[in-house]
Amino acid sequence: MKLLFERSVAGRRQTIFPDLDVPEVTYDKALLREDAPRLPQMAEVDLGRHYTELAKQTHGVNDGFYPLGSCTMKYNPRVNEQVAALPGFTDIHPLQPEATVQGCLGAMHELEGMLAEICGMDAMTLQPAAGAHGEYTGLLLIRAHHLANGDTARTKIIVPDSAHGTNPASAVMAGFTVVSVQSDAQGGVDLDALRAAVGPDTAGLMLTNPNTLGLFDPNIVQICQIVHEAGGLCYYDGANLNAVMGHARPGDMGFDCVHVNLHKTFSTPHGGGGPGSGPVGCKAFLAPYLPDPRVVERPDGSLTLSCGERSVGKVRSFYGNFLVAVRALAYILTLGREGIPEASASAVLNANYLAHLLAEAGYALPYGERCMHEFVIDAGPLKAETGVSAMDVAKRLLDFGIHPPTMYFPLIVHEALMVEPTETESRETLDEFVGFMTRILEEAHEDGERLHGAPFACPIGRPDEVKAARKPHLRYEFDEEG
Amino acid sequence: MGSYLPETDEGRAGMLATLGFGECEELFSVVPPEVRCGTLDLPEGRSELEVVAHMEDLARKNLRFGTVLRGAGAYRHHIPSIVRSVTSKEEFLTAYTPYQAEISQGVLQSIFEYQTQVCELTGMDVSNASVYDGATAAAEGVLMCRDRRCSEVVVAETVNPDVMTVIKTYCASRDVPVVTVPAASDLATDLAALREAVGPATAAVYVQSPNYLGVIEDMDGIVAASHEAGAKVVMGFNPISLGILRTPGEYGADIAVAEGQPLGLPLGFGGPYLGIMATTKALMRKLPGRIVGETTDAEGRRAFVLTLQAREQHIRREKASSNICSNEALCAMTASVYLAAVGPEGLAQVARLCAGHAHYLAQRLAELGFAPMSDRPFFNEFLTTCPVDASQLVDGLAKRGILAGLPTHDGILWCATELNTRAEIDRVVCAIKEVCDR
Repeated sequence: MKLLFERSVAGRRQTIFPDLDVPEVTYDKALLREDAPRLPQMAEVDLGRHYTELAKQTHGVNDGFYPLGSCTMKYNPRVNEQVAALPGFTDIHPLQPEATVQGCLGAMHELEGMLAEICGMDAMTLQPAAGAHGEYTGLLLIRAHHLANGDTARTKIIVPDSAHGTNPASAVMAGFTVVSVQSDAQGGVDLDALRAAVGPDTAGLMLTNPNTLGLFDPNIVQICQIVHEAGGLCYYDGANLNAVMGHARPGDMGFDCVHVNLHKTFSTPHGGGGPGSGPVGCKAFLAPYLPDPRVVERPDGSLTLSCGERSVGKVRSFYGNFLVAVRALAYILTLGREGIPEASASAVLNANYLAHLLAEAGYALPYGERCMHEFVIDAGPLKAETGVSAMDVAKRLLDFGIHPPTMYFPLIVHEALMVEPTETESRETLDEFVGFMTRILEEAHEDGERLHGAPFACPIGRPDEVKAARKPHLRYEFDEEG
Repeated sequence: MGSYLPETDEGRAGMLATLGFGECEELFSVVPPEVRCGTLDLPEGRSELEVVAHMEDLARKNLRFGTVLRGAGAYRHHIPSIVRSVTSKEEFLTAYTPYQAEISQGVLQSIFEYQTQVCELTGMDVSNASVYDGATAAAEGVLMCRDRRCSEVVVAETVNPDVMTVIKTYCASRDVPVVTVPAASDLATDLAALREAVGPATAAVYVQSPNYLGVIEDMDGIVAASHEAGAKVVMGFNPISLGILRTPGEYGADIAVAEGQPLGLPLGFGGPYLGIMATTKALMRKLPGRIVGETTDAEGRRAFVLTLQAREQHIRREKASSNICSNEALCAMTASVYLAAVGPEGLAQVARLCAGHAHYLAQRLAELGFAPMSDRPFFNEFLTTCPVDASQLVDGLAKRGILAGLPTHDGILWCATELNTRAEIDRVVCAIKEVCDR
């Protein structure tokens, strides 16, 4: 496909803006740029076709099954897009007088209340822009809590080895050092290892439950107790909340604060990598540290934005990805108190159904067939037998119009394929997927060598990633004359 | 109750039977009973019709202003119609991060195009694929300048206050001291104070130009003073202004950051917005966030991939340059479509319209006694005195459908864009006269 810059023809233009109706401002030459930016010069029709072509080479949830583990690629309801496009939301300046933004504040307040109820927390903020940003924010609350208690020695955050990479990275950004604890043979937190790890330097524990193997940790209450007894706090990474919402709440498990991913659990679109939204909830004792400002109800029922004396400050401008929050609110209102637990039950059912059929088909499931919303296949045995790796299986799936499972994660399973079907897929879709996976297994045994060359039906083959990193080519290079 | 489940009750029963279960409840047997919750205290689920009605009710409780003269970090601009048409395409909207390059060439190429446009706009060498917003871009920018020797950050007090707060939050958690530099009486950064503030321990100096109060800073002086002390310069810019104004690259900035919202994103009560970040080749491997690079496949075809991932959290974990994972990809695509739609001439024209309207507004306001509080050059925002009670002015104009400038710094911070035509400004002047005469 040609790049925008390769389609550009000097002199072509679109008439977006009118002529000046006031005198032109003259600036000192030293304040002006010397050359115009080499932006594309294109007619609207050519620009439109360019993006239509790009869209054809992009695989979204509406293009097919997307069982990408830990990413919860559920269907993105259209009504959410419709309400998020209401001019009464899109055309509101964030610094308008409060009396003129009661609808926006109302939407935030309503969503905060519902998320707090789903998580078993007392207070929420919508400010964090993504999951990792939420982790950072939650850890700032933990840090502020210990500092307020004069507990300056609590500098360590405990993270299981099955955790998402953002957990340790967020801990470092929040000023902590990271202690990694090993998982036990069942994939849960090793209680003895945890007991050995906690101490007077423990600030807290970050945990995803169910974890990245799709396993709910049956010792969850004890885990939180061990951390609490050592004086630490417990942080719940909500990446996998879709497994348990409406059935079990992080707050009831013993967690002190939590982030949720609106772009996973609450059906807002991923947009090719963002914008997401990572609201953070906490128990009442941490609420004074939440970022400024918070939405507060006045005695007369009106809403106001309020700053706290003990707040950690701000983690981004204004109030967060508001229009993403609007979508999530529409989703929760649609599902309601019955639909929320029904969605997660169906997500768990779909995952168990798929795990069962794939095990029957001959795939190795190192932690058994029973799982929550996702599970991990170990392609290690397949690789030993046929040479076909998790990568090869994933790349072959592309030919069938399916987005592959998450590859090579969690790190504790070396040839991992992490499968999360979500609740918005029908039995036929799951059966069809099993059919493709079975076929790949057959192909692996017939001619494993061939699968190293997959995919065969995509616009490109496997790109040379080593070359991309060794000789970074990160922008279009114009011709010398151009 | 609303639902997005395709499977019927009978279908689910069949699937459960396959697993040897009677009901869904059994799937949760691993969850200890003491942490199981009862029915949540949420409203009953609703139909689409009821949800739309509820959301429309909320939207109606907001006041949309016919005229907006307030900026201060969020700007109402015209959004070309093709921008929304492109970014609402379901493939772009619903795709995940393009980790599987073979079925993601469209979104990867669009990011590569965005990176190129940002480099052209700023005069810098390398751009990432975006961060959350302008404030986090600035915070990440100053933090990436640190090395073993230099660990302090100097920030001009003339930057956007939200950006200042976010920088302080990010720096506080990493024990990075933040030194602030006051403005001189002309509302530009006090260069003498800046020279005093920067020293051998200074890693980065963050300055925004045009600054929060609209003034175009003496960037040549600031860059020289910072570089002389061995500090790097992180420059905040307004992307529309670069249609005509000198670029961070031309000033010699080491990192350029911006709030990208003016490039085709609606006000949206503050988000989602777009953090633009660009830097020099020298700092490329310290840049946080995703970056797309060009390479080839085995047959030599051009291919785009996420690259330099050794910087990122999913590879480096606690040694990553940042924890960022999800970014603002669709907002970056929005900016890219915007820049392609307007082209170089359109960007210069919208910049001339913004500057022209703001200067016309300033002149008309001065006639009413709202005196400019700086005589330095400005782009599309400026601070004036307020000869009447500020809240009376704001309320009075609000009643007439006009969002006044923002009361701040003992004055009013005004903003005009291409949308505020001469005729509209003339009407605003009449309205202000009415409000002031009361």
